[in-house]
Amino acid sequence: MSARSIAAAVRSGERSARSVVEEHLAAIDSSEGEVHAFNLVLADGALARADDLDRRIADGEDPGPLAGVPVALKDNLCTRGIDTTCGSKILEGWCPPYDATVVERLAAVGAVAIGKTNLDEFAMGSSTENSAFGPTRNPLDTSRVPGGSSGGSAAAVAAGFAPLALGSDTGGSIRQPAALCGTVGVKPTYGRVSRYGLVAFGSSLDQIGPFATSVEDAALLLEVIGGHDPLDSTSIPEASPDLLGALGRGVEGLRIGIISELMGGPDRAASVEGIADDVRARVEQAAEALAAAGATVEHASVPSTVYGLSAYYLIAPAEASSNLARFDGVRFGLRVDADTAAGMNTATRTAGFGDEVKRRIMLGTYALSTGYYDAYYGKSQKVRTLIQRDFARAYESFDLLLSPAAPTTAFPLGDKTDDPMLMYLNDVCTIPSNLAGHPSMSVPFGSGDDGLPVGVQVLAPALAEATMFRAAAVLEGAAP
Amino acid sequence: MSDQALIPGWEVVIGLEVHAELATATKMFSSALNQFGGQPNTNVDPVSLGLPGSLPVLNEKAVELAIRVGLALDCTIQRSVFARKNYFYPDMPKDFQISQYDLPINGVGSLELPDGRRIGIERAHLEEDTGKSTHVGGGGRIHEAGHSLIDYNRSGVPLIEIVSAPDMRCAEEARAYVSELRAILVAIGASDGKMEEGSMRVDCNVSVRREGTSELGTRCEVKNINSLRSMGRAIEYEARRQVDLLESGEKVQQQTRHWNEDDGRTHKLRSKEEAYDYRYFPEPDLVPVEPSDEWIAEIRAALPMLPRERRQRLAVAAGVEPQATALTVERGMDDLAVDTIAAGADATRVLVHVENNLADGVGELTAASFASLVAMEAGGDLTATQAKTVLADLVATGGDPAAHAASHGFEAMDTSELEALVDRLIAEHPDDWAGYVGGDDRERRRKSGFFVGQVMRATQGQADGRIVNDLLARRAAEQGG
Amino acid sequence: MTSPEIPRLSRDDVAHVANLARLTLSDEELDAFTGQLADVLDHAADIEALDLDDVPPMANPLPLVNVLRPDVPVSTEDAAKADAAAGFRAEVLAAAPSVEDGRFRVPPVLGEAP
Repeated sequence: MSARSIAAAVRSGERSARSVVEEHLAAIDSSEGEVHAFNLVLADGALARADDLDRRIADGEDPGPLAGVPVALKDNLCTRGIDTTCGSKILEGWCPPYDATVVERLAAVGAVAIGKTNLDEFAMGSSTENSAFGPTRNPLDTSRVPGGSSGGSAAAVAAGFAPLALGSDTGGSIRQPAALCGTVGVKPTYGRVSRYGLVAFGSSLDQIGPFATSVEDAALLLEVIGGHDPLDSTSIPEASPDLLGALGRGVEGLRIGIISELMGGPDRAASVEGIADDVRARVEQAAEALAAAGATVEHASVPSTVYGLSAYYLIAPAEASSNLARFDGVRFGLRVDADTAAGMNTATRTAGFGDEVKRRIMLGTYALSTGYYDAYYGKSQKVRTLIQRDFARAYESFDLLLSPAAPTTAFPLGDKTDDPMLMYLNDVCTIPSNLAGHPSMSVPFGSGDDGLPVGVQVLAPALAEATMFRAAAVLEGAAP
Repeated sequence: MSDQALIPGWEVVIGLEVHAELATATKMFSSALNQFGGQPNTNVDPVSLGLPGSLPVLNEKAVELAIRVGLALDCTIQRSVFARKNYFYPDMPKDFQISQYDLPINGVGSLELPDGRRIGIERAHLEEDTGKSTHVGGGGRIHEAGHSLIDYNRSGVPLIEIVSAPDMRCAEEARAYVSELRAILVAIGASDGKMEEGSMRVDCNVSVRREGTSELGTRCEVKNINSLRSMGRAIEYEARRQVDLLESGEKVQQQTRHWNEDDGRTHKLRSKEEAYDYRYFPEPDLVPVEPSDEWIAEIRAALPMLPRERRQRLAVAAGVEPQATALTVERGMDDLAVDTIAAGADATRVLVHVENNLADGVGELTAASFASLVAMEAGGDLTATQAKTVLADLVATGGDPAAHAASHGFEAMDTSELEALVDRLIAEHPDDWAGYVGGDDRERRRKSGFFVGQVMRATQGQADGRIVNDLLARRAAEQGG
Repeated sequence: MTSPEIPRLSRDDVAHVANLARLTLSDEELDAFTGQLADVLDHAADIEALDLDDVPPMANPLPLVNVLRPDVPVSTEDAAKADAAAGFRAEVLAAAPSVEDGRFRVPPVLGEAP
């Protein structure tokens, strides 16, 4: 049942919020043991909240457009009084004393927080195998990863544990797991959704966004979490866009370009490597579907996207190295004692962070250090300018762009854990949007040779989410 | 100002970095109160505690106050960007400090000392303050065991850091610079400037060079200075230490040094080689600050008169050099002085009264009553001593100076009465009179003191000493002629 | 002008950044991390080779400037907010690893901030 229909039924009194929550808790009971989508299931809290909503509805109140809808929250979103671990031992047991803005906004429209979902530690990873609390498995094939870092949120939606989930996307952490789990996943324009209360990874790249089983539900969720927040200086000073209204408008007359550099293949020397043939075939098929619906579809070139991966894996770690300094054992979370404060900081961080986090902290520290800043961090920031310029040029000729969301379908657990660079390549298609600050989303479109879902990525210029959703809705309708 | 070299043959070169807490209601990046000293960890929120997920939002007032400082110091007000300065320290909750690095809000400017000398300002930028850690146990000394307790009430308080050029040449000049800077910060409402309470902190960069050379010597930065007095001592100690090194054939190592108030010395904290790698980079959670010309003009228009302008105004009114008005302006009595002079009072007498007789404030004194008092004094209706007494009455209760004078029984002494008294005293003390008439300058001063003293005793202080002196001089001239 | 040639990341470099980042690494970790980080930096050789002297750096994707907040404290007259503020302090201190007299307790802080 979609979030929209749940909310309609609950608001009209046709269904109780409690029955909705009970149904989802039952789904969790039956297969969470296998999937491990959650670090924490808020069974009691969700039921209490549902009862409260039911009482209010009985009193004639309207709790709002997500009345009674269970939403799974990535465990890097601060929830007051509720454990927020970021998938790390260093925050195990930490209860934030405040709510993230998105959590407040969800509460204000009647949503029910059903649990905190697993993630790669501090959102660093592409498979959700880097969690200190064990990996999440892909509900469609539990020998495979769900993607990451928001693998728990993607899996929760794919497994029917919640119709909606929130994730965060720094280099693809919503879109890539959405693709691998066959759900819709959206990374909004940078600044569209407040980051206040999202534990930062790469501050200039991070965005919170929705997972849903349908394009319409994703639009609904993005509408309620989006819009200006005075607590985030990088928040766009605009109201949330009308997305639901755009869904039925089709793609007639839209110009859509397939990004050559992100399609791979033997005849494309200027492209990134590693795009699987079955994935490419689905993207080409999606392009045909859009053409059939009245869009003009052509090949487009965004040349500097091939440098995205290199720039990203310097910028994000650099910002992370600074963002994660505060985990020092002084004010919250884990402390491993030592004779001096400095020794305590070191002991705490050494014991509390996993290997991938340590790798990125060290990489980022190096990229910012004296003598290397210009060559690494400085240069990467210039590559961002190049990528933004190249996108701007492409958007002179196109309204939207198209690419794979992930290079392959879901891969087996353990396949890439020994080679960080191989793991990083998973983000090659999604990173350019983060670097440019543009919105993009993954829409399920058929499956690969292994029968697992393929996600097509729709990319749009800054603030053009409504146009992006029009194409997404058409793809959803045409999906094989 | 440095007429007298501190160490013969050597010149001391001083640059200062002054941190001042800005007088905002809330913190630099969040709406927690800018207040500390009370219950620990009360004026905190997710931002000032650096909690995961918190984000900074810049306080408009802090920017406005920084621009006021920039305008007062004739700085270029420019587009600025915040950066993160990364280092671990428990009193810094995020383990990085948000500061301005290569793009400060205020660029080059200058500060004019009361004596007219200009000290260059290199920059004045915004940054956030840290919390406070207190060492407990182990005898309270930082290098002994025990533990530390941290209060984040001060964390995130807005600071402006004002960096001078290495333009000062002695401790006295450095003191004059800090005093003037403090006066400016207080005048424009940017800071309370209380050094002893830590709301204004000074680090000194000190180097020395042989007199007559122009190349700068290797400098040391001296930290932990808590008062103007200790700043002077620290500079003098540090300059002496460097000269001793150089004179014994050694080199000065570039270091950061710690001033110890108890032993009166500076101690090495770290060398240049140990300099920390702060890994500055633009703060991604904040956007650039680009004050519009309109905003700057609005702030400029609302600026109160600066100390240098006040000195200039009073100097023009009083017909003296600006330096002669420094104390009056420092005491904040220049408005009164200007108004009193404008009401017709003798400027010299006004300044003398302000400097000598109003140290404890002006109380109920108004320009009008002050002017009538000075007029009575100048007209010979009151002696200087009587005027001082009446002035104290005016400060205490206000009112009419003539009424106060009458209530004390002060009456103008007739000049002819005074002449008779002087002549009598001359006759009674012929030897002293001979000394007055025939002695050298020193002897004449001594004897005039004697005669004025006798007159005062005879009149119970009612006579005007200056008139007595005039009379003595006239009699001497008559005898000589 | 392109960036000067940067030597391949060494074991010492990794030890140095680990120290800056307050992390301790075993010898085996040091070896493994050195290889892995060098691989990432090798991949970044493609951007090192780009001539970007005339390209401005982009710190943030948005063109926003002057995002300022009025200097107004959270109202403590608002009873709900005052309660939330009081609760906040208690929650913060309750979540801390060690607290004494309302302050965060840590092992002795040696030396001054750098």
